[in-house]
This record gives sequence, C-alpha cells and structure tokens, in this order.
Amino acid sequence: MIPSDLRYTKEHEWVRVAGDVATVGITQHAADQLGDIVFVELPEPGRVLEQFATFGVVESVKAVSDLFAPLAGEVLEGNASLLTTPEVVNSDPYGAGWMLRIRLSDAGQLEQLLDAAAYEALTAEG
Amino acid sequence: MTEIARPTDGSRATPLLSRHVALGARMIDFGGWHMPVQYTSILSEHRAVRERAGLFDLSHMGELFVEGPDAGEALAGALVTDPPSLEVGRAHYSMICAPDGGVIDDLIVYRLAEDRFLVVANASNAPVVSDALAERLDESRSILDDRSLATALVAVQGPAARGILGPLTDVNLATLRYYAIAEGAVAGIPALVARTGYTGEDGFEVFVDDAAAGELWDILLAAGAPSGLVPVGLGARDTLRLEAGMPLYGNELDRFTTPFEAGLGRVVKLARAGDFVGRDALARAAEAGPRRLLVGLMVRGRGIARHGYPVWAGDRRTGVVTSGTQSPTLGVPIAMAYVAPGDAVTGTMLEVEIRDTRAVAEVVPLPFYSRAR
Repeated sequence: MIPSDLRYTKEHEWVRVAGDVATVGITQHAADQLGDIVFVELPEPGRVLEQFATFGVVESVKAVSDLFAPLAGEVLEGNASLLTTPEVVNSDPYGAGWMLRIRLSDAGQLEQLLDAAAYEALTAEG
Repeated sequence: MTEIARPTDGSRATPLLSRHVALGARMIDFGGWHMPVQYTSILSEHRAVRERAGLFDLSHMGELFVEGPDAGEALAGALVTDPPSLEVGRAHYSMICAPDGGVIDDLIVYRLAEDRFLVVANASNAPVVSDALAERLDESRSILDDRSLATALVAVQGPAARGILGPLTDVNLATLRYYAIAEGAVAGIPALVARTGYTGEDGFEVFVDDAAAGELWDILLAAGAPSGLVPVGLGARDTLRLEAGMPLYGNELDRFTTPFEAGLGRVVKLARAGDFVGRDALARAAEAGPRRLLVGLMVRGRGIARHGYPVWAGDRRTGVVTSGTQSPTLGVPIAMAYVAPGDAVTGTMLEVEIRDTRAVAEVVPLPFYSRAR
C-alpha cells in the first residue's frame, strides 16, 4: 500500500527524488484522514524552502492542514491541475495528486526522512 | 489492526454506536457524545441527501417532555416563543434565553397534545436547558420529564425520504405538514414522526425508545438502499445546514448573541402579553437595534473562510466568520459571519482574512441553497 521507493515525513508528506529534482505530495493515509480535499494552496516557482518549512496548505471540507517541505530547495513548479481538481489528491495521491517539484539543495537531507517501513510503523500507531 | 473506536473519557454513546463502527464510520466527540462524522466521504453523503436520501443518528439531541394543565403557558414564560399558539401536532423553532437576552439554546417545540409538549435541545446544551426549564417550570403545575438519555432520534432526509418512510409507517406522510408531528408506528415500533430537519430538504425525524433504535436503523437502511439512501455523519450534517442558512449553536448562536443579531428576531414574541425570561433585555435590544448582523458570504477570491477568521471592510475590522466551508452543491466557498450593520447589505464587497492574505467576499442573502418545490 505504501510505495517502497519513496521517503516520508512524520507529517505525512512523501518525496520522490530523481537526480537533483524532488517531487512532493501527501500520503494516502493523510488524504484519507483529511477527507474530501477541496483546496490546495501552493508556492510560486522560485521560492526557496528550508527543510520542514511550511510550503502551502491543503483544505478538506472539514479542516485546514499545513504542508511541510521534506527537503530544502527551490520551487520549480506546483501542480497547477490541483487548482481545478483538488480531489485528485484523494484519488491518486502518489501520482496525479503530486503537489510540488523542487530543485534539491542538499540530497543528504534524505537521510533525515522515513523509509516506507518506518512510515508504515508510524501510521500503524494511529 | 486498529482498536475499535470507543467513547473517550466521559463521552456518551448512542444505542447505534456498534452500527456506526460496523459501517466503518470515523467517530468524533461532539457535544459530549461519541458520534459518526463520516462513513465514506462528506461530499458523497452531502450529495446523497440533496439528490436521494440520508439516514442520520441524532440520538445525541436532548428530548425534554413537558406535561401539565398549564404546560403551554409555563413554556411561554420560559422560552421566547408562544407555545400555546401551536395547534396540537404542530411545531415551531424557538429559543431559550438568559435574563440578559443571550441565547442559551435554540430549540424545536412540538405540541403533542393539549397539555403535552416536546422540546428538543442541542446535545451539548441539553443538560443546561433541562436545568433551566426545571427551574422556570418550578412554580407551574407542569412536570418536566428529561428523556434525553432514553430516547433515540433517527432522521431520514432528502427528496426520497417520503417514499422510503411512507410504506413503513401508519402515519399519513402525505398530510403531515412541514413542522408537524404525529404519534404512530414505524415498522411496528412506537414512534413520534415529525416533518422537521436540519438539511434544507424534505425529511422526517423519528423519535423512539433507545431499545428500539437498532432495529429501526436497520429497517430504514435496508428499506432505503434501493432508493440510494446512505448513512450520513455530522460532517455532511454541518455542510447541509450551512448551505440551508441554518444556525449552529456555538457558531452563530451563543450566550453573548441575541436572536435579533442572528436574524431570528421574528421568533421573539414581544407582542405577546405576559412575561418571559429575557423579555426586558430583548425588548431593549429590539428597540436599540442590533450591534452586528449575521450575513451570508460568498468568497470570490481564493481560499475557504473558516470559523474565527476576521472580516474586513477596507482597513476596518467589521466582524468575524462563524461558519465556513466549500459548498458541495454550489462548488464555491460559503460562510456565515457577523458584521457591522452598515456592512450587512446584500452586494457589499468585504474581505475575509485567510491566513496571511485577504480574499474578497460578497454579502449574499441567506440561505445559500433552497430546494426546488
């Protein structure tokens, strides 16, 4: 269920790294907990993010949650399709529901993130 | 394997808890009760009620029976409305206010017989309302019977509600008017059937003894399934009532709010002879005019206005959002807010402070949604 090729934050973001570009989203667990997602607010390209800094907001019908950058870097693009179809985050959180691409400033920060087994253990704690 | 949801410290369970858990509901604590917030998704449950039907467990609500030869007059002295004016079998929206005019709770008052009334209170306020009523009825010849913990309430709401409930009950739903109630049976279970609700749709509320709640729930769920009825949690109950422009106690109403500010001054019977608790203060409030008014807002900018967000008129802070969500029916963010009377005119463009930005919001008439009739 939890993709083994991704890294995770304790705040339920995932990150996929290819070269020096990281793609970021939220996990299925997070999307399920939030419920129907109706709004995603993402940063403009060019913004420089610190690791674990808030980069945006996701809103479900019921609640608002901050989004945290798993890794430091410069924002390359946000997923513009989420402006009109935010519900894709619920239906395909690891694919079409991605949120952000960033150019990594320090790939070593990956070591500070959870692997799939550790993330699964975290969510199993409830 | 996750542990089965159980009520946390001090919160009560309705007789339907095991059904909710079996249906996969996510449970929350609300008003001192362990309640389902959603079974599948708030949006799909919301749409089911707008287009077909939804089944709600509202057993957390308070049921207060008042009986006696002067029950109507006693209630008229305790509440802001005029219960003796109700015909038997009819109901009205009411409030119980403090001596200073602040709202203790909003209520539905049903007249069950000449000398017998049912007052339905919000879950979180039921003990306070019960105590206040007991005190206010003390000098009367009427008796208050608080059956909140022995009475279950199940609602069927939506355009298919009548077709689902009709074949199961000896109550004639074709002649049961909006805000009316009748005693009868549903699937053989003794029940009070009322045509009331909190969704903006046609629908019914069925009061039964706790012991029969499980059987009633199962029968309604099975009977309604072919019509598309689904169980609906408190999450969609909130978005449905917000679209319908109905107040939620704790958001639009509280001890520091008068009925006039909430746009509900019409329910206060100042013209009626006789005293009631809060009368003097409410008469003064009516005379002085409201300091703020409840309005509907449609957010034209980006973002969702939520409870507690400030509302601005230029650089003047005019008020605060009381409830807000993305309207599932309209597809845009909607909110209710208290603003200065001068800013409450339909068409006024205000701004809601959403995190570190401001979104333009237009004052619109309530309700946001009215069903086609």
